Amino acid sequence: MSKTPVNFNLNGSDKAVFVDGGANLLDVLRRGVGDLTPKIGCSQGTCGSCTVLIDGEPHLSCLTLAETIAGRRVDTAAGLAEGPTLHALQTAFMEGFSAQCGYCTCGMLMAAKALLDRNPNPTEADIIEAISGNLCRCTGYEPIVNAILAAAASLQGRPA
Amino acid sequence: MLSVETVPTVAEAQAGVSRDARFFAGGTLVMRDINYGAAGFTKVIRTTDPTLRTIQSTGGSIRIGAAATMAEVMRNPDTAALAIAAHAVGGPAIRNMATVGGNLFATHPYGDFTTALLALDATVEWADGRSENLEQFLVNRDASTGVVAAVSVPRVSSGELRFKKVTRTRPKGVSLMSIAVRLPVASGGSPRIAFGAMGPTPLRAKAAESALAGGRITPQSAEAAAQVCVQGLAPADDALASAWYRTEVAPVHLKRLLMNDGA
Repeated sequence: MSKTPVNFNLNGSDKAVFVDGGANLLDVLRRGVGDLTPKIGCSQGTCGSCTVLIDGEPHLSCLTLAETIAGRRVDTAAGLAEGPTLHALQTAFMEGFSAQCGYCTCGMLMAAKALLDRNPNPTEADIIEAISGNLCRCTGYEPIVNAILAAAASLQGRPA
Repeated sequence: MLSVETVPTVAEAQAGVSRDARFFAGGTLVMRDINYGAAGFTKVIRTTDPTLRTIQSTGGSIRIGAAATMAEVMRNPDTAALAIAAHAVGGPAIRNMATVGGNLFATHPYGDFTTALLALDATVEWADGRSENLEQFLVNRDASTGVVAAVSVPRVSSGELRFKKVTRTRPKGVSLMSIAVRLPVASGGSPRIAFGAMGPTPLRAKAAESALAGGRITPQSAEAAAQVCVQGLAPADDALASAWYRTEVAPVHLKRLLMNDGA
């Protein structure tokens, strides 16, 4: 069976890939273009470790049919840092010990990025809602929520 | 490997679906099956038809295109009463993908949104022009083939529809059960009560509806409805809860919902 060509934008760079019928976006990102930041967790939409932004909105890449991203923009955690400068969310996660095993981190970062892009001054409740589809089995979530609050403050230029 | 066909109209998609060819919309159900081995189908058909995701208000009713997502239902002022049920489905990423039409086909323990639609006596419109009420649709659901084009519900105020999803974890977890109650106080109609995750599909609690019929919600009538609410339901044992547990706690949750009693 033939492969289908798909053009899309990943973190600001144009990409062209050939996808197998029924391939999901997560597989295309990891094996097709080598972006290993979205993680394979449950492959059924339960864990959120594969969360990416499609045209700015959070989606689960494991449940996204690869062909549906043609012409669209995908953002992953690999695009957060600018050169050597980490994104405020990454800095806050690092300083707040918000990752233990780290498997959920890239999905958490993208869910948080989607929130902060829409709502620069979220409450704790807003953050809990925004990451409600992302499971973390290590941290108990509090360091993650605190890091997102700190990142929001940092991006707004105010003390956490 | 699957073949994927993309067609411009719903009508073409309807013509193409069969036992071997699944219709693909949001992907939260079908892609999961594909990831786990695509048992039972060799092809998926999707459509780029924009009319499939339109939410339209016409007079006293609202027609929700089957490909409208839970996030779109939450954002649209016409479907404000259903926002609480749409919000019960997954986290933000799932709600950007999961569709109203897909939720109709979600098997136990999913389908919380459909539970609210059942309480509203929704009408299901197939792409081939057939229409049937949701209750009948659910009876035949697992044997039917076709594409659902839209769901129509009466316009109700937010206070007229009460909804509760019961989970073990907060803020998100899979349903132990969901309960939707329509109390048409102003219009004088009969109350409708539906339970999700208490049977193979969302089901009405008709004995509880009768217990409330014609009267106001009082502690006594709520208790009477609660006592008979599991009649006709068929809860299953699953990893989250036993059928016994579900049967025991359903009356408690229904009574709390009827009395607007928090938790």
